[in-house]
Amino acid sequence: MADKQKRNAAGRMIPDMINGQPVIPFMGVGKYRPQGRKHASGISTCIDYPDDGNKQVSGLKEALVKAGLRDGMTISTHHHFREGDLVANMVFDCASELGIKNLCWFPSASFSCHAYLLKYLDDGTISHIEGSMNGPLGRYCSEGRMKKTAVLRSHGGRFQAIQDGDVKIDIAVIGAGCADPFGNANGLNGPSASGSLGFAVGDAQYADRVIVVTDNMVPFPCIPWQIQGNYVDFTVKVDRVGIPEKIVSGTTQITRSPDRLLIADLTARFCEAAGIIHEGFSFQAGAGGTALSVGNYFGEIMRKKGLRARFARGGSNKYLVEMLEEGLVEYILDGQTFDLEGVRSIRENPDHVMTSPFSSYNYHGKGNFASMLDVVILGATEVDLNFNANVVTHSDGYLLHGIGGWQNCLFGRNVILPVPLFRDRIPVIRDEVTTLCGPGELVDVVITERGIAINPRRTDLIGKTKDSGLPLKKIEQLKEEAEAICGVPRKPEFTDKIVAAIKWVDGTVIDVVRQVKR
Amino acid sequence: MIHTAGNNGEGVRSDCHISLTPDSGQGISISIHSKVKWMYGGSIEMLCRDMFHFYGIEKAVLEIDDSGALPFTLAARIEAVIRKHLDTTLEYLLPVLPQNIYQTAPDTERISRLYLPGNNPKLMINAGIYGCHGIILDLEDSVHPGKKYEARFLVRNALRSVDFYGAERMVRINQLPEGLKDLDFVIPHQVNLILIPKCDSPEQVALVDAKITEILGEKNTSVWLMPIIENAAGVMRAFEIARASENVVAMAIGLEDYTADLGVQRTVAGKESFFARSMVINAARAAGIQPIDSVFSDIDDMETLAERVRESKSLGFAGMGCIHPRQIAVINENFLPDESEIDRARKITLAYEKAEKEGLGVVAADSKLIDMPVVNRALKTIEKAVKSGRLNINWRETNGR
Repeated sequence: MADKQKRNAAGRMIPDMINGQPVIPFMGVGKYRPQGRKHASGISTCIDYPDDGNKQVSGLKEALVKAGLRDGMTISTHHHFREGDLVANMVFDCASELGIKNLCWFPSASFSCHAYLLKYLDDGTISHIEGSMNGPLGRYCSEGRMKKTAVLRSHGGRFQAIQDGDVKIDIAVIGAGCADPFGNANGLNGPSASGSLGFAVGDAQYADRVIVVTDNMVPFPCIPWQIQGNYVDFTVKVDRVGIPEKIVSGTTQITRSPDRLLIADLTARFCEAAGIIHEGFSFQAGAGGTALSVGNYFGEIMRKKGLRARFARGGSNKYLVEMLEEGLVEYILDGQTFDLEGVRSIRENPDHVMTSPFSSYNYHGKGNFASMLDVVILGATEVDLNFNANVVTHSDGYLLHGIGGWQNCLFGRNVILPVPLFRDRIPVIRDEVTTLCGPGELVDVVITERGIAINPRRTDLIGKTKDSGLPLKKIEQLKEEAEAICGVPRKPEFTDKIVAAIKWVDGTVIDVVRQVKR
Repeated sequence: MIHTAGNNGEGVRSDCHISLTPDSGQGISISIHSKVKWMYGGSIEMLCRDMFHFYGIEKAVLEIDDSGALPFTLAARIEAVIRKHLDTTLEYLLPVLPQNIYQTAPDTERISRLYLPGNNPKLMINAGIYGCHGIILDLEDSVHPGKKYEARFLVRNALRSVDFYGAERMVRINQLPEGLKDLDFVIPHQVNLILIPKCDSPEQVALVDAKITEILGEKNTSVWLMPIIENAAGVMRAFEIARASENVVAMAIGLEDYTADLGVQRTVAGKESFFARSMVINAARAAGIQPIDSVFSDIDDMETLAERVRESKSLGFAGMGCIHPRQIAVINENFLPDESEIDRARKITLAYEKAEKEGLGVVAADSKLIDMPVVNRALKTIEKAVKSGRLNINWRETNGR
């Protein structure tokens, strides 16, 4: 815990140290310029690896012991198996059996299935999490029960932290639907096929030790090798790496909620009116019900006008795959594959391409794909009058979501947040966001069921849509409407204890989360 | 005796469950279990205390299980438990939203009317945003018999406090005579139109009309009536019903009950109800009011709905009921004049205007003589097309859209 705090460029009070490491406060969008050289793992030699390429060991525990697992290490895992992930829980079962303490868990995202790990946070096996904080883990952290401070990063920020050496991964454990004993791996085949393994690509490259775990070990070579065996120390075959029906869960259905459909319809009509949907445009729509139906409405507009998108970034699912196969979208650049149709498509269709956070999101690279997108559709728990947005905490102050690719996508040309004006009496548009995740200068449009607010900076969008007949309002007006219906809510109260830091895409700290006062 | 009102449990949102134990223990005890307690707990408690004060209750245990209910819902639920306990007609009223004070015209557009269950506040809050012409707060079939009493308070409060963005505010009362009691709760509170269910005689309309007149007293407002014909007897007396009061502005048909009365299955093709629908249409048109078609109950089948709407329009109906917001756009879309109708109406209107200007007695378009009723229909079509945005208001200059 820090003793000194200062105000960052977003006006948030930030400590100068977090978990014993100095903090670089957020300096503004595009203001922080990194120095130095990238991090790298030690030089390996073939002397230490079998000539026959067989790196398979008997089990995960043996692999962890051989990888030198000890107290205080940083262990990374990945969320390709989503709600069906068994790998992270197995890793910490092994660590606990070995009596190891104070590990930092560095997942690419966490899910409710990882509530299993609460007992290891309680008994000190895990000291803290650097990753996303979902459901019960978020609650645990917000109540100040985690021993050290959590750190939340975007997918791109996670790659940046690995590449820049902000986080040094001691052991990366990569679960894969298919692998060979040498360590080549992909997520395309086998009972636990999950699609692209993009989130693990950076870990394989930069971690000191890399373990590949699969329930589908095939003889060398495993083709294609999205994870290259030449980075891998040990391979392990287990009975199951994931629960298939939870890997490709049914959450990715187009919403039937009339409110959300209305918001999605308004979003598509706004994009049409603003000229965003044109021949050769590109878009990213997330996997939530509303975002999926936005994609659907885009499809209708494209069919009507005879337009094609050059590429779509995803989050792929059956709806996007249908658009690809119909020729409405020429390429899918896929970061995460949400359903079996997505998995089939990425396996069979050369125009459905696997990507990683390096190519899509990393801010400390020579460009990335996210900033090339014509339009991105994102969610938010709160937006304030300056268009600042929150995606990690709810208005009650509790951490409940990860950042995902959200911050990275803010660099798209047109950033649209379709959100309800309120959720069960909780207004979404506030005077000030509880936690700042995205600066308002990057948020262009907020679309609610009761009106559309365009960021005053975007005079071009205001000009193009002013005669569209769409319900354009000022964001202040939307807030007033919400408060007229719900009442003016009281703000949550916090203690002084900092429980989590929110990193910006460049590794600086944009905000912190404090312990909720109960 | 413990009194309860409202709903809770899995899947319940924007509602609350209240239980009141009168006279037990000392003073007032209020316990609030709510996921928005940290945001609104203080204001919820203030509302409770104000209501206890209003009703002069000094001893009670009140338990609130809240899932994000808005004040109009909380107040309705609390009033329901208090009035179950006290024998009073005293009403605890929240202020009326100024934008809810409006009258509708007898011939206002009634293409789409959305039915909302009268005891489900969640569906009321956003009901006005989908662009339907009318919103029906239903006290009849969609409310469980055990919940009829508390629903009246909720419907009354919704009429006062929920912004329906200009939609006509309608209430379907219960079948008479119970429905007459419903009127006490809704008539003084910004309702525009009352639907009379299972109507099969003009006397029923007269009873409702008289009760409304009595409640309104000196107030110079009109509450319109829309009887719903739901049995063979009603069909046979449709014309009398349509003319039973000058406040009757529309007449609807309810085919679920009608087909049950005939002892036949309701089919998608609807041959079995063709006569009844034609009777309602002709009776209504003869009486100068709007005939309204029955609801279509498969909320996932938009294509069949669209076919049904087109048929409904071609038979002569002026509108149709909706049971899900997703049906509204389909109904509006297909009831409005289509392109060929608008084209024809434009030609006729131009010819008519030319004839007027030149002082000609006859109107001719495409070398055919046009009768006045056809001209009138064309003018109406143009008006509808312009109003709905299907035709530019300056279409004479822009030569079309």
